[in-house]
Amino acid sequence: MNLEEIKSQIEANVPGCQLEIIPNGSPSGQHSLLVDTDHAFAVASFLRESASPRFDYCSNATGIDWPLKEVSTKVKTKKIVDGVEKEVDEVVKTQTGGYLEVVYHLFSVEQREGPLVLRMRTQDRAEGVHLPSLTPIWRSAEFQEREIFDLYGVLFDGHPDLRRLLMWEEFQDFPMRRDYVDPDDYEYEPTAHDDVLKRAQAHQSTEGGL
Amino acid sequence: MSTLTDSSVDILSNPSSDHYAGDLLEVSMGPQHPSTHGVFRMNVTLDGEQVVKLKPVFGYLHRNHEKIAETESYLGCMPYTDRLDYICSITNNWAYALAVEKLAGIQVPERAEYLRVITGELTRLQNHAGLIGFLMQDMGASGTPLMYAFREREKILDLFEALTGARMMCNYMRFGGCRVDLPSGWMQQAQKVVDEFPRFLDEFERLLMTNEILMARTQGVGVVTTGQAINSGMSGPMARASGVNYDLRKVDKYGIYDRFSFRVPLGDKGDVYDRYMLRVLEMRESIEILKQAMRDLPSGPIMDPNTKIRGFRPKAGEAYGRIEAPKGELGFYLISDGTPNPYRFRVRPPSLINLTLLEQMCIGQNVADIVIILGSVDIVLGEVDR
Repeated sequence: MNLEEIKSQIEANVPGCQLEIIPNGSPSGQHSLLVDTDHAFAVASFLRESASPRFDYCSNATGIDWPLKEVSTKVKTKKIVDGVEKEVDEVVKTQTGGYLEVVYHLFSVEQREGPLVLRMRTQDRAEGVHLPSLTPIWRSAEFQEREIFDLYGVLFDGHPDLRRLLMWEEFQDFPMRRDYVDPDDYEYEPTAHDDVLKRAQAHQSTEGGL
Repeated sequence: MSTLTDSSVDILSNPSSDHYAGDLLEVSMGPQHPSTHGVFRMNVTLDGEQVVKLKPVFGYLHRNHEKIAETESYLGCMPYTDRLDYICSITNNWAYALAVEKLAGIQVPERAEYLRVITGELTRLQNHAGLIGFLMQDMGASGTPLMYAFREREKILDLFEALTGARMMCNYMRFGGCRVDLPSGWMQQAQKVVDEFPRFLDEFERLLMTNEILMARTQGVGVVTTGQAINSGMSGPMARASGVNYDLRKVDKYGIYDRFSFRVPLGDKGDVYDRYMLRVLEMRESIEILKQAMRDLPSGPIMDPNTKIRGFRPKAGEAYGRIEAPKGELGFYLISDGTPNPYRFRVRPPSLINLTLLEQMCIGQNVADIVIILGSVDIVLGEVDR
């Protein structure tokens, strides 16, 4: 079953969903399906529950960061220069990216199909980073979505236990983002020891030093 | 597999937890605990001996492998993959090489495919042998079975050393083939190891298969049903022990696995005993594959001549490649933006995802069972935490 067929089946069964096929330029030919966030849960439930295609196995879930990037492409346009029509190279600047993306690789154990690559995009990289969690549908996404939250900062609505997975809980930033800069005081942690040192200093000053 | 279940070795049901009703005890197992196979930690809540809640804590070996890979060339990422599951470096290389080959459309020469199968199946043998030894150690069979297993593993590591120069960090494969060809005399030595391996398995099975303590400790412990296994993304021996007939060597037929005849063992109970048995049976099938591959090994080049591994720049695009690693489905998801470094390098770690149901498997069991359930999952922290 190819991606076009799957797409038309989803469109027939999940009313109102907006799907887009994202072509893949590599020889692997694994094209992907971009789902809008409002209907992603319904689409995923359909893929899991319907008789065919039945994607019962969500193998891989991961995030990708696409920061805002200006791409300049040269476009040949016809222009009238000094009364003569000429082909002129013109640089067109377009902006791409500016969102976080979450990718799911789905397979079917029953029908030996796959991979179906499902993508979701956030609105931006700062505020609108909410995406629906697919953990209620595929339990295998539980740790992987926690990891995406941990490393990319995507907030999954409906995840039963959204905590950091690999970094420690007090950690603030999201290390897998492209613009991440490591702090220079990684090792610093306020400990009880600091208080002890302060008390010791205070104590020594009253004694007039050794 | 269930034919060996004997009612005479059924242990009595646990005393009711009402005896201990009252305070719960929180125990932090790990990260420095010999049974956690590395730096893995579980926050366990206990009611007497019984597990009420178990939350795994990850990240003690986290080094953000995926971020490091974004700053490396495609070739430079290869040695890092050795460090994922450091017991099975060759299958890690293979999975990564396969993903890059999909990304760039590289054809692998025949001989290299055979070498991959031979080294990959040897890796499976030594992983499963080592795992079963560790499982016995976790069960309290202190030393002896583990040493039996390690004696065999050692012979395979010697083969790896002769071939790649390293026992564990083999760094053997390249996209488009393999790094080095077999040294002289390697094949005879490997043949000897493969021929003698079934004797070890016979001995091991005679020693353990119907061992009363082993059966009492493992049968009916940590049960996972078929539906749960698929939904929680379990793969490899863990899933097959629960009856999921999904072996990527049969499903994807990557490489040249469609040329070999072998069977896929399946469990029917999904308990720790099934997982143990399944690995023993898988070793026997691996030996069959090895015999066929070593018989048919053709001569020829081991690297695709059209692939330039240095300064390698695949076209923009993405690919997900996966193989049946000894621990489960090991996948690499690569995105290229046309530069020499991968834009995104994702490892799908089978060990981590197989742990999803750890809490479910452990609830209601005794503390001592946590150790063997975790042992039967077969984790390596280099891969769990990446």
